[in-house]
Amino acid sequence: MQAALNRALAEILAEDPKAVVLGEDVGRLGGVFRITDGLQQRFGADRVFDTPLAESGILGMSVGLAMAGFRPIPEVQFDGFAYPAVNQIITQLARMNYRSRGTLPMPVTLRVPSFGGIRAPEHHGESLEALFAHVPGLKVVSPSSPHEAYHLLKHSVARPDPVIFMEPKSRYWQKGDVALDDAGPLEGAKVVRPGKHVTLVAWGAMVARCLAVAELAAEDGIEVEVLDLRWLKPIDADGLAASVARTRRAVVVHEAPLTSGLGAEVAALITERCFDTLRAPVGRVTGFDVPYPSGDLEDEYIPNIDRILFGIQRVLEYRRG
Amino acid sequence: MDNNLQPAALPAEELRQLYRLVTAVRQLDLAAIAWQRQGIIPGYAPELGQEAAQVGSAFAMDPELDFVFPTYREMGVALTMGVDMTAYMSTHKASWHGGLYDPVQTRLAPIQAVVGGSVLHAVGWAHGQTLSGTRGVALTYFGDGASSQGDVHEAMNFAGVLKAPVIFFVQNNCWAISLPTEAQVAGGTVAARAAGYGIKAITVDGNDAAAVVLATREAAAHARAGHGPVLIEAMTYRRGPHSTSDDPGRYRSLEEERRDAGADPVQLLADRLLAEGIADRGFLDTALQDANANADRVREGVMQLGTRPGSEMFDFVFAEPTEALKAQARAWREESEHV
Ligand SMILES: Cc1ncc(C[n+]2csc(CCOP(=O)(O)OP(=O)(O)O)c2C)c(N)n1
Repeated sequence: MQAALNRALAEILAEDPKAVVLGEDVGRLGGVFRITDGLQQRFGADRVFDTPLAESGILGMSVGLAMAGFRPIPEVQFDGFAYPAVNQIITQLARMNYRSRGTLPMPVTLRVPSFGGIRAPEHHGESLEALFAHVPGLKVVSPSSPHEAYHLLKHSVARPDPVIFMEPKSRYWQKGDVALDDAGPLEGAKVVRPGKHVTLVAWGAMVARCLAVAELAAEDGIEVEVLDLRWLKPIDADGLAASVARTRRAVVVHEAPLTSGLGAEVAALITERCFDTLRAPVGRVTGFDVPYPSGDLEDEYIPNIDRILFGIQRVLEYRRG
Repeated sequence: MDNNLQPAALPAEELRQLYRLVTAVRQLDLAAIAWQRQGIIPGYAPELGQEAAQVGSAFAMDPELDFVFPTYREMGVALTMGVDMTAYMSTHKASWHGGLYDPVQTRLAPIQAVVGGSVLHAVGWAHGQTLSGTRGVALTYFGDGASSQGDVHEAMNFAGVLKAPVIFFVQNNCWAISLPTEAQVAGGTVAARAAGYGIKAITVDGNDAAAVVLATREAAAHARAGHGPVLIEAMTYRRGPHSTSDDPGRYRSLEEERRDAGADPVQLLADRLLAEGIADRGFLDTALQDANANADRVREGVMQLGTRPGSEMFDFVFAEPTEALKAQARAWREESEHV
């Protein structure tokens, strides 16, 4: 996935002279995850530049660059360090188009290495999707594979609105084919494994885990459909409804804490559209309402295969009271 | 640089103590890097070259009165303050964010991963001293990189306005990961900024432990006397990588590192002690042996740190847990069959 993202950025910079990459250590070092590796050498320090260590500064600067007609692609180094930037993201980036009555669009794609799974220190494994999805004016997307990463990044940068691009860092070193000339549909959700008994809804790193669960469940004759939500804002309500209309049961899986997480939104959308066909309430298998824990407890926190299987079992065995 | 801060101004016994401390820090730091390579800990933020800045500043504080706010790289501060080093290292073992030591008892705030994250806390704690009429001084550490954060500027301004008894201790190690100070700090020094906030500034050779002690004592006396905050910029150099997952070869050469790093702080002190007859070879050798024995003990302790029980994840979220969280803890227990 790292190579796919790097290639996408190189092509974006080559194609659009107004695209600029900025952030901490993105230049000479090529980013701590090497996503911007080699870009400064190739495109120069005017197009790919290191900023001082100030996330609010990076995002505020991006707003101004967009006002000046550029297409900024800022990076925050780790998810937890997007918090210092939240003020600029929410009070400025997300509403400049609105405030200016459409005269100052914000074609800014903020890349955020996201989620846990790498035994990292505090603030290096947060799940910010619900926070950003709640903010009017932002779009939020998360790729689950190298193919999705390549195409969704190019697609996001080409959009005229701000996109929070959440890269599942535990999948950076995952290998996979990228069909360069065949993106497939880039909006909405995507069925990555069809099944008929239950729909697992996931995004980012949890997609791969749900595919593994589906594999195991198949041994017991349970056919699990896995839906990669991809866009967390806007959520593809039609795609969700279409899948659940087939399977009549759904479980949402995410790393973020349960309460007010995106699972609640997904469950509400499914209930609104599929109330009559649903055989069980929409299940949720998520992280807990605790700060993302230290590496030792990470495996207890992130939904594991057993907990997801439990979740499936709960909706399969549900009986009306 | 304030070069009138002569090491001779410190008593011989303090100089010997300083040497034992910088040596202990050096050996433990080197050991921790080895532990990471051996898979005993997943990661570590080395401080090779910053021993004198850390030991010297912490050495000047009063453990009864003062409170210290570290970043992720203040192992030497923790050791000087007498913190249990296994409990300190537990954060690098990925046992618990912030470490397993007791911040209230040790007077060392939890390890902080957010750059600049605790600088405002130090100002708040310091102002609390003013409000309650106590004489404590807050000591807050940050880097040249962190000096770019808005929070740090807010902190300096608050402290200046409030005349808060706080020491802003900047370890200018010339790098914030790959970015050198000249690309980080407009104007070239952090100390220069203090003037704009009406704050006294001291620039000190951060490789010289004795000079750092004197500078920090001077700052603490100034703050304690009610004259307001002091910013100390200790000029150091981070030799080696930023963290165990960093590759400094991408942004500087070994040759540059050797050229720019200045005097080795441990060697510098050793040479002085010998030259001034304050210590002999035997003393230095014993200090090294003790330091290695200490590192071995900490290694043992770190190896024996078991995995934290999963239930702790829920225990410390609130002082007063919610029913919903208790229910999640119960569900976790059932689903993980950890009954
Ligand atoms: C708010 C925030 N942004 C980014 C990071 C990632 N990061 C960790 S250390 C570091 C460089 C810090 O440089 P400096 O403040 O000079 O301290 P040093 O590491 O050199 O001791 C960065 C960018 C972070 N920890 N916190």
